[in-house]
Amino acid sequence: MYAAVRNAATVRWYIAGAALAVYLIVIPAVFHASPYILTILTTASALAFISAGVWLTFHIGRINIGQGAFALIGGYAGALAVVDLGLPFWFAVPLGGIAALAVGVVIGLPILRLRGVYFAMVTLSLSETARLAALSFSGLTGGAKGVVNIPLPGGLSLFGFTLLGDFADINKHLAFYYLGALLLVAGFAAMFRIVHSRLGWLFRSLQQNEDLAASVGVNVAQLRLVAFAISCFLGGAGGAFIASMQQSIYPASFQVQDSIYFMLYCFLGGLGYVFGPLVGTFVLFLSFEFLAGLNEYQPLIYAVIMIALMLGLPNGLLSLRLPRFATWRAWFGLRAEKDDGAA
Amino acid sequence: MALLEVNGLGKRFGGLAAVNDVTFSVAGGEILSIIGPNGAGKSTLFKLISSFLRPSAGRVIFEGRDITAQAPHRVARLGIVRTFQETTIFREMTALDNVVVAHHLRARASLGGFYFATRRARRDEAKFRKSAREILGSLGLGEVAGQRARSLPHGHLRALGIAIAMATAPKILLLDEPFAGMNPEETDACVAMVRGIRRRGVTVLLVEHDMRAVMRISDRIVVLNFGRKIAEGRPAEVRENPAVIEAYLGRPDDELGA
Ligand SMILES: Nc1ncnc2c1ncn2[C@@H]1O[C@H](COP(=O)(O)OP(=O)(O)OP(=O)(O)O)[C@@H](O)[C@H]1O
Ligand SMILES: [Mg+2]
Repeated sequence: MYAAVRNAATVRWYIAGAALAVYLIVIPAVFHASPYILTILTTASALAFISAGVWLTFHIGRINIGQGAFALIGGYAGALAVVDLGLPFWFAVPLGGIAALAVGVVIGLPILRLRGVYFAMVTLSLSETARLAALSFSGLTGGAKGVVNIPLPGGLSLFGFTLLGDFADINKHLAFYYLGALLLVAGFAAMFRIVHSRLGWLFRSLQQNEDLAASVGVNVAQLRLVAFAISCFLGGAGGAFIASMQQSIYPASFQVQDSIYFMLYCFLGGLGYVFGPLVGTFVLFLSFEFLAGLNEYQPLIYAVIMIALMLGLPNGLLSLRLPRFATWRAWFGLRAEKDDGAA
Repeated sequence: MALLEVNGLGKRFGGLAAVNDVTFSVAGGEILSIIGPNGAGKSTLFKLISSFLRPSAGRVIFEGRDITAQAPHRVARLGIVRTFQETTIFREMTALDNVVVAHHLRARASLGGFYFATRRARRDEAKFRKSAREILGSLGLGEVAGQRARSLPHGHLRALGIAIAMATAPKILLLDEPFAGMNPEETDACVAMVRGIRRRGVTVLLVEHDMRAVMRISDRIVVLNFGRKIAEGRPAEVRENPAVIEAYLGRPDDELGA
């Protein structure tokens, strides 16, 4: 029994390692000259990073349909930092995250008292509010015209060594792909650690019973805010990254529909798994990009997937059981053991 | 000096005075029971003391400090910890993890420390796990430590609720109907368990309908009816008190047993 559990874990690490190798080595090697594919994959990385925030809000028991608002805030903050303040690109992503975090803390303080459908409704309206705000404060945001021609990242050098060339001179699609990959790996590594540390246990205690958590001395209001702030940071940083990559941001860059998609990615991958939003985003976003003919039916298909999920696979894709361990062992050339029946 | 003083405490829900001008004090190390018919205000009183509700009148003094209307997690930090009348646990965690999480107040490392798994944080975690196993063992839950809480039988769930509270190392433990739904043998075991808790230096406040158990276990009893305190004293005194007998008379199912 124990051996079976350990092998299941080993198999999972093998799969994760293989996926990471494909993502970091195989894809860049094969597609380095295909800007279209690189751009789509880079966008998927950033969207998965943003969805991770939504997942964390789920993890404290709140349904968050407002992540589009924070991606938009981050996108504008990053864009304006570069365009108006003349800061280098490298500040855009962290500043986008911090701006969204700051707004998230101010808004989160009152709204995190709400639960269930009330919290969901308020966050949903945040998405629309952010879009309208971006439209109306045209002095700052450029209104419907948005912020365009955001300069590409310059080179990055340290002590005279060039770490990265000016994006205008190098294969910028490949460079963005690697940056997106860095964002994704760093983001999910941080999330993995959160979930497996005491912080994650405390978040789950809030999800399962806030009153009980308070009764054993957990500062419920503070922890809720911490989770939401992290979520908003991820949304803002991811939004700033996408704006930099597309060199533009508009009020419509992230809207209610996007907020709903972020949530759906989490559902699809599985709310019980920290890598759920990653799997969900890549599966759904990439299927739609590569089946371009379906685009006009996208909302309809999303709705059908949502319903099918709720009915058939409520714990998401990652809850699908792996094939028998013996099969995997054979694949990876692991020693077959006699007690396979135990698995 | 009394460990806990409840002074003129009151709570109104709209027109209803659920708790009305209740005053009593609790000495360190005693087992004090609060009894009264259904709806008398016992659970509300517990929620006021543990700050889950804000009183409409009166004060709660703990170790000489006024703690009225502090946030519940602060009151828990001071050492006043309640259990819940309804079974209340972290359903999706194992019994062990329920109790490990509940050690939160004893953490010496910061949240950042736990995130980066500093040495102090790792020492905390190891200590919590050990202590959680001890608590589960002492409450007869050692066997089910690895089971998911929601799949445990009722009797174990009541005990797990108490184990969670014990993990905070409370100075005063507020138990709301810990014997509810138990058969006589389970109740006997649970009575022994509450005595064991007191032996470890924890003061116990108990709300309970099982009069046989209350009479056996309590040092003193406070009786509530319609939100008001109608009697207070040792079990033998309370049992003979005419006001108490009258309060219970209309309720033949609640017998003031021996
Ligand atoms: N949140 C609330 N809002 C309105 N009324 C309440 C609330 N909580 C309790 N009450 C009312 O206050 C009164 C006292 O309730 P409480 O739960 O304290 O009684 P109790 O003595 O614990 O009863 P039981 O023995 O049935 O548990 C009841 O009439 C109840 O209906
Ligand atoms: Mg009650």
